Amino acid sequence: MEELRGTERLAATFAALKGEGKRAFIAYVTAGDPDLETTRELVLTLERKGASIIELGVPFSDPVADGPVIQEAAGRALAAGTTLPKVLETVRQLRRETSIPIVLLTYYNPVLRFGLSRFAREAAACGVDGVIVADLPAEEGDGLRQPLDESGLALIPLAAPTSTPERIRLIAEKARGFIYCVSLLGVTGMRADLPPDAAALLERVRAMTDVPLALGFGISTAEHAAIVAPQCDGVIVGSAIVKLIAKNLDNRPQMLDEVGAFAQALAAAVG
Amino acid sequence: MFALTGQFTLDGRFGAFGGAFVPETLKPALEELEAAFRQMTDDPAFQEEFLSLLTEYAGRPSRLYLARRLTERLGGARIYLKREDLNHTGSHKINNTLGQVLMAKRMGKKRVIAETGAGQHGVATATACALFGIPCEVYMGAEDVERQALNVLRMQLLGTKVIAVTSGTKTLKDAINEAMRDWVAHVQDTFYCFGTAAGPHPYPSIVRCFQSVIGAEARAQILEKEGRLPDAVLACVGGGSNAMGMFSGFLSDPSVRLIGVEAGGDGVETGRHSASLTAGIPGVLHGAVSYLLQDDDGQILGTHSIAAGLDYPGVGPQLSYLKDSGRAEFLAITDKEALEGVRLLALTEGILPALESAHAVAQAAKMAPQMSPDSLLIVNLSGRGDKDVHTLAGEVG
Repeated sequence: MEELRGTERLAATFAALKGEGKRAFIAYVTAGDPDLETTRELVLTLERKGASIIELGVPFSDPVADGPVIQEAAGRALAAGTTLPKVLETVRQLRRETSIPIVLLTYYNPVLRFGLSRFAREAAACGVDGVIVADLPAEEGDGLRQPLDESGLALIPLAAPTSTPERIRLIAEKARGFIYCVSLLGVTGMRADLPPDAAALLERVRAMTDVPLALGFGISTAEHAAIVAPQCDGVIVGSAIVKLIAKNLDNRPQMLDEVGAFAQALAAAVG
Repeated sequence: MFALTGQFTLDGRFGAFGGAFVPETLKPALEELEAAFRQMTDDPAFQEEFLSLLTEYAGRPSRLYLARRLTERLGGARIYLKREDLNHTGSHKINNTLGQVLMAKRMGKKRVIAETGAGQHGVATATACALFGIPCEVYMGAEDVERQALNVLRMQLLGTKVIAVTSGTKTLKDAINEAMRDWVAHVQDTFYCFGTAAGPHPYPSIVRCFQSVIGAEARAQILEKEGRLPDAVLACVGGGSNAMGMFSGFLSDPSVRLIGVEAGGDGVETGRHSASLTAGIPGVLHGAVSYLLQDDDGQILGTHSIAAGLDYPGVGPQLSYLKDSGRAEFLAITDKEALEGVRLLALTEGILPALESAHAVAQAAKMAPQMSPDSLLIVNLSGRGDKDVHTLAGEVG
């Protein structure tokens, strides 16, 4: 059987999990934090320990949707010389070793500077499956969505607790792959308590579409993940993983061990 | 007479520039803001209250002053100064903050946040919030907190909490990042009082609308004094609020040259500057497509200017449009030239301009001698220089 790619690979992943009564554990790392070779090893570790989808952050100098943990990771990645072309090259190398769905999480300007059509072509050629752009609301997304569609890649939109019913309808219409549901008002980062807005948002989006719904922002423990998992199709964990990376910058084996153990616990809790 | 009417674009676009590139969480808040803006600017009661605040509280209209000794010294065009430095709080920023905080009050918002570079917008926001009794917090780059200490103290005395931003380059860009992060987290009860004619739609239109009083007054005043329009109007450009305020009065007068003066820092050729329109490439930062100082990978570059209020890698989208359409001209003045501009105006006219405004003065000093004595220039003197005495003392020292 020919290997699926892009939007189709994401759809097949969610469908297969659903068939088993499971949800996706979506693990985020910032590409190039602290260097791209480590990122490659982290991705393979996360897959081995049970992640279903990898979200790879493309570092940006001005990440307005991110809290301090991911801001600092982006700073480390940029200091190490990470660029969008190098992130794409890393995905290309990873594709020799894994077929796990990989989506890039970025801000709009690096993609715009690279060129929207060129980005869609090269991302597809390197084996990227989808793209999340933190500062690209549905209305502004057509310029990127069209070339991504042509390349078979998903432009994955975000929905927020503040999104009005009209906006959720628009987001659902334009969604590919899955919808990233933002569980709370605020930037990325760990929270002690689970947000009360999450369930209401998931319900509102679910009423409008059959596209898989992944919940992210503020989910930082396996306990959190276990509580929210039944309400959605995927759980995204970012800052809590990045924090383990930041804690072990001087000791790569320990970094991989700790990230692996955490991923295993999250995968078990989500599944 | 200045009136708030129909001064905003419907779709937030200025040609290829503008738009609203923000996290989804903020998009509904921008829609709410746009609706409120349309409704309030159409509401005679809002208009009346705003115009009354400008007159009775801010001290408008600001004077259009013929700078005789400056004109004699330079020997060329007659130079008029639009004295925004004489407004309450000492700059043009009060025009916009009275409008926006009045909107916040009417929208029932419980809290106002703002960013500030030189501290002028921060002080103006703190002032308006004190006047309306709304709690206020201002984000300011740690580097700017240090070099604009006087304004930090003023904000604190007005009851505002100043938050020093230590991320990134520790200047205006990062203050905006932090204010946006705060807004994302508190969007339901917080009003973001944005200081310049940049950012996501509808801010460029809102800020221009409230600042357009500058150009409207200047146009009427020069007609009254000289019986004709000026040959050129000049304004410094950081994000572009005082420039858009002045230019908006003359957009429909093709004979009037619109000249925006950017911060050339150590010189545009050195790479240490903030001249986005002169040396930048279009991109997206802080919610709009506009000229940006960025590298080949789309990362935003660090900037430099002696004037904290101009030390910003982006610029308002309408100014980008005016550049591409050829309606406005943009050039850069170095730190050194701006300092000479401060000295020139201080010694000829007894007016100490803000370092930001001194960029426009310095450009006028370059141009005026090349022009005939019957030509007319208006320089927007956007703020006064008291806040800069420490920086100036270091330079004079």
